[in-house]
Amino acid sequence: MTKAQDAPKGAPSDRATREAFGDALVRMGEQNPNVVAMDGDVATSVMTAEFGKRFPDRYFQFGIAESNIIGVAAGMAMAGKIPFAASFACFITGRFETIRMSLGYNRTNVRIVGTHVGVGIGPDGHSQMGLEDAAIMRTIPNMAVLQPASGIETEAAVEYLVDHVGPAYLRLTRQKLREIYDDGYGFEFGKGVRLREGTDVALIASGATVERALDAAELLDGQGISAAVVNIHTLQPIDADLLVDLAGTCRRLVTVEDHVPVGGLGGAVCEALAERYPAPVLRLGVHGFGESGDPGELYEHFGLSARHIAISAASFLESGAEVALISEGAV
Amino acid sequence: MTLKQTSDIAELKQIAKRLREKIIRMTAEAGSGHPSTSLSSVEIVTALHFSRMRWDPANAGWDDRDRFVLSKGHGVPVLYAAYAEAGAIPEVELSTLRKTGSRLQGHPDPTRLPFVEAATGSLGQGLSIAVGLALASNLDSASWRAYCLLGDGECEEGQVWEAAMSAPRFDLDNLCAIVDFNKIQQTSSVEEILPTLNPLPEKWKAFSWHVIECDGHDLQAVLAAIDEAAATKGRPTAIVAHTVKGKGVPEMENSTEWHGKTPKKEQAETWIKELQLV
Repeated sequence: MTKAQDAPKGAPSDRATREAFGDALVRMGEQNPNVVAMDGDVATSVMTAEFGKRFPDRYFQFGIAESNIIGVAAGMAMAGKIPFAASFACFITGRFETIRMSLGYNRTNVRIVGTHVGVGIGPDGHSQMGLEDAAIMRTIPNMAVLQPASGIETEAAVEYLVDHVGPAYLRLTRQKLREIYDDGYGFEFGKGVRLREGTDVALIASGATVERALDAAELLDGQGISAAVVNIHTLQPIDADLLVDLAGTCRRLVTVEDHVPVGGLGGAVCEALAERYPAPVLRLGVHGFGESGDPGELYEHFGLSARHIAISAASFLESGAEVALISEGAV
Repeated sequence: MTLKQTSDIAELKQIAKRLREKIIRMTAEAGSGHPSTSLSSVEIVTALHFSRMRWDPANAGWDDRDRFVLSKGHGVPVLYAAYAEAGAIPEVELSTLRKTGSRLQGHPDPTRLPFVEAATGSLGQGLSIAVGLALASNLDSASWRAYCLLGDGECEEGQVWEAAMSAPRFDLDNLCAIVDFNKIQQTSSVEEILPTLNPLPEKWKAFSWHVIECDGHDLQAVLAAIDEAAATKGRPTAIVAHTVKGKGVPEMENSTEWHGKTPKKEQAETWIKELQLV
């Protein structure tokens, strides 16, 4: 199922998940005439421009007006269309009330696509970083929240979303991610993916942090610590069975996300376990609003580099549940 | 089967009167709600639902129906009254308004009552939905139209103008926005709350809409405006309908007291008797 976990950075197969989304959207447009897309003057950033070129009749430019885009998408979905409304995650999920009411309450088949998530976007800095979007979207009843970890997984998720019933949110990266799957990968909505088995600590990651968790597991292995790695591509509904199983088989659990550690992956894992199998969980994520910088350096700064993840996991194992955050830069 | 529509003004006036009765009675029964804003929309809703709109009280999901989005969702009693009048829902169901388990939620809810096109009630969102519906109709080369009824205070919401700016770009001549311009908001008059909402028709004109002003209680004028909108090609139409909040109940008319207040049942019956004399 998985491949090339140790492939070098910058391999030809590496893609930003926003790029894979753009490719998949065109493919879905070819297959299904009801697929439509709308833009708020960010098409070249969120990768819907190619869809617009290929299917001009099904592509709508609204200018910089995200609330309207969400509402229009709701109306089109009510009349049988399958709209993909893409923008920067922070801009589009910031229109929460319209999402809650027009999309959520109306149970529409709209797919909100939020790109440029996390500190991984780098130099543009805090105002452009979607850091609370997964938490916001998880609060809406019936809202599916997906965060693929690679190009192949993104394509599979987009393909799935065309037929998904109800509203959905797709969380995508600006930066390229290592391809961790091969073409035979079978995406299963709502199911976490075990990428690596281990017994001491389970690194539970999603999106951009999956490749970092895999690298951290290698570092831990070098220290004699057996680390499992799990990819949670569906943040809602989360795979509670898998989490309970991990809590039963691993001594400690660590969640890793390029998102605030509240309400997203870490929050979802803790909520699921608290009800069924209470276990100590260390939540690694971005504390604060983010800032400008080189993505690699920002991951170091916010305690989300492979090295930091490994140090945090090892310390958490040693110190037990009392440890809060020990990573540099994380307060 | 579609509803038997009429252009007979006397008949429509009788329907409008019955809608007023139902609004007064159901909100009194509910003990909460927004009777005055429902009353100001009566002729607009009557003209659409009993004369000009294509819809089927026996088949809420009819594909070719015209879509009506009540963006001023708090005015939903007028819509429930129209549904009961048309036989889409039983008259007795009106007494369940706002009660636990009722299909007649305090604000429109299509998941419980399918005749309602969209859940609204958070002001400012309905016009965007109507734009989406109109675009979908065009994509399918369908002939059904999208109507959206907005409140005047609602036009203070920014999303209304995002939607207004976008609709002419797509030449949506199958879209008609109607503003129930009753000049009174929840806590005070438009003039006091935000005088720069005026001049309202000019704002729609500036956004490239075809604009019609009319007396929103003159059925003949409302019908003519709806027809002019349907005949207008290449751009959407905004009908700015001048109305009176609480229209038909002298005690309520133009009052800021009755936005979210309902009459006692005895008071309601007195008002209904007075309505019959008009």
